[in-house]
Amino acid sequence: MKEKEINFEEAMKQLENIANELEKGDLSLDESVNKFEEGMKLSKKCNDFLEKAEKKITMLINSDGEIKEEEFKIEEN
Amino acid sequence: MEYNPITVTDLNKYIKEKFDGDEMLANVLVKGEISNFKRHYTGHLYFTLKDENSLIKCVMFKSYTTYLNFIPKDGMKVIILGSVNVFERDGVYQIYAKAMKQDGLGSLYEAYEKLKSKLSQEGLFDVSHKKKIPFMPKTIGVLTSNTGAVIRDIINVSTRRNPNVHIRLYPVPVQGSGAAEKIAKGIEFMNENKFADVLIIGRGGGSLEDLWPFNEEIVARAIYNSEIPIISAVGHETDFTIADFVADLRAPTPSAAAELAVANIDDVKETLRLYNNRYKIALKKRLELMRLSYEKQIARPAFKNPTQKINEQYMLIDMKVKAIQSSIQSKISEEKAKFIKQIARLDTLSPLKTLTRGYSIVTNESGKTIRKVSEIKTGENINLRLVDGEKKAKVL
Repeated sequence: MKEKEINFEEAMKQLENIANELEKGDLSLDESVNKFEEGMKLSKKCNDFLEKAEKKITMLINSDGEIKEEEFKIEEN
Repeated sequence: MEYNPITVTDLNKYIKEKFDGDEMLANVLVKGEISNFKRHYTGHLYFTLKDENSLIKCVMFKSYTTYLNFIPKDGMKVIILGSVNVFERDGVYQIYAKAMKQDGLGSLYEAYEKLKSKLSQEGLFDVSHKKKIPFMPKTIGVLTSNTGAVIRDIINVSTRRNPNVHIRLYPVPVQGSGAAEKIAKGIEFMNENKFADVLIIGRGGGSLEDLWPFNEEIVARAIYNSEIPIISAVGHETDFTIADFVADLRAPTPSAAAELAVANIDDVKETLRLYNNRYKIALKKRLELMRLSYEKQIARPAFKNPTQKINEQYMLIDMKVKAIQSSIQSKISEEKAKFIKQIARLDTLSPLKTLTRGYSIVTNESGKTIRKVSEIKTGENINLRLVDGEKKAKVL
């Protein structure tokens, strides 16, 4: 799974599931460690997604069917 | 010549009586445009109603204002029901409005209601068709005017909640003729190009005419057909447009729309941090439990004193051996005692014992013991057994 393709909502749901499984405590130690690692990886992925997102405020301009995208600045009054 | 003037008060009183006696003035329905509108702090409304050529003062007392279904403003065309009375103190007459409605909107309202019920019957407002707003959209498409407060509010709120958000504005006119078509086209355009994960369409507050593009069928259908979830934010909280009913989510204001579209990144990070903590605590607890269980096992006698069991077995063997030994021993001594007793008994019965007392045993030649005289013949060889040996003899 590439970083960009992360479905954040699903990742969060999965994080919750993993937490519940770990807390239930009926996993073997091996399974627990695996789940822990899986959760940590997922959490890092989510965090990276948040950190690496770029601030962009753009405006689409459609001139004669040709689409351009340029930076949008709020006009100051 | 004698003047007989009346007072101003009397005059105004007279005029007032004239007005009061007029049935037509007691119940007038009049249309015009509002100007000089003032809402007094007491809640009463003061304004002037005018047309191209004339004007008249108007007052609407607070008790009647609660029935208004709009907020009167300068320039609005209205129809007023009320009475015309004289305000004696100032010598002016004015309309005392009891009810007021917007004029010229009749056809718009009708169109609105008609379209609303038509689309509702078609299922365009169905909750089952509404799409979920994504929790963390990468790109937020905004369809609104590129000038004005709406886009500014959306950008401000969005970037405050998530500094790294991507907002993609597709500028559209939000009022006037042709606006509806352009809004609808914009929604289709964003869908075709997959230019956003969620769309906000909206505009600021305004009159019913201003908001009208968002009440048009073409916009409603574009919203319904959009694969990208749409949040509508049209006008003020009290304005409900057709677009609001079709949209997947209605926001009361553009700022609220931004809040609904953009998750607060601090909250999300905090949630992630909480998960990390939960994992760590859960794993630590698991390890602790394993350690306790290990310690409990290791503290059991089998591990703590592994030779104990063996020693115990040795002891048991020893005990058994001892028991066997002693039982054999006792058997031996028992048998021995029995034997001695038998020997002693034998001894008393033994003829040898009798021999020691001087008796002897006589046997014939074939070894048969002779008990009676009749059993021996003269001249027969016999055998005498004495205590210390045997001797042969001949009977005389």
